[in-house]
Amino acid sequence: MTVTAVRKDPETLTMTLDAGFDASPERVWQLWADPRQLERWWGPPTYPATVTAHDLRSGGRVDYHMTGAEGDQPHGYWEILEADAPHRLVFRDGFADADGRPNSDMPINEVRVMITAVGGGQTRMSIESVFPDAAAMEQLLAMGMEEGLTLAVGQIDSILAEDTTASTTGR
Amino acid sequence: MFGALADATRRDIVRRAMEGQEGVAELAEHYPMSFAAVQKHIAILEQAGMVTKERIGRRKVVRTNLEGLRIARRLLDEYEELWRGRVARMTALVADETKE
Repeated sequence: MTVTAVRKDPETLTMTLDAGFDASPERVWQLWADPRQLERWWGPPTYPATVTAHDLRSGGRVDYHMTGAEGDQPHGYWEILEADAPHRLVFRDGFADADGRPNSDMPINEVRVMITAVGGGQTRMSIESVFPDAAAMEQLLAMGMEEGLTLAVGQIDSILAEDTTASTTGR
Repeated sequence: MFGALADATRRDIVRRAMEGQEGVAELAEHYPMSFAAVQKHIAILEQAGMVTKERIGRRKVVRTNLEGLRIARRLLDEYEELWRGRVARMTALVADETKE
């Protein structure tokens, strides 16, 4: 099973995505709750994630970084707002500096995950993700995406901080 | 302030503001909620770059930022791709285990 529905609202900078799994809610929850499993899906193969702290409780934190082909390591963290295993997880995803300290200048997006049994051994996972502004979304996409894609979105670079790391075009 | 009704209201404000004729007070009349609530929705939209306030003579009108909307749409498309990749990897992980 795979993605079953996607809804995108540019006006509210919100995306809702539903996916179906041939597994129990407990199994799907493990994808989030086990840091070693989380590492295997959060980043693309070209930008694998390493989870260095993982406390999936309300008020807890998850620290991670990603590693690009050039050796660049953008850091990020989750601030857990709600965690109700195996059904509900709400967190803010933000950027951090190299020591893992939250970078408060950087915008953050909020992600709500709902995991529900739908019968027949199937589970639905709904992701709702909201961004405060387009610059936040662009910044997030620039972190751990294939180069070609992020270059295509470069239009609103000017509103972003000077933090644009060197790309690998024109070698 | 959040949730489906808020989203629907904001979408409607963005739609109405495409004409750029109405100010905050006039827009507020379209909705069954307080002026302050509508004002807050507009402030959030303004902060997100979806609408701008423009002075026309002595009036201030709310206008949709079409370029902002277009950029948001394209970014959401990319963000969807990012999650589709994640779901594909999740699915593979769950399937792998079932085989073992």
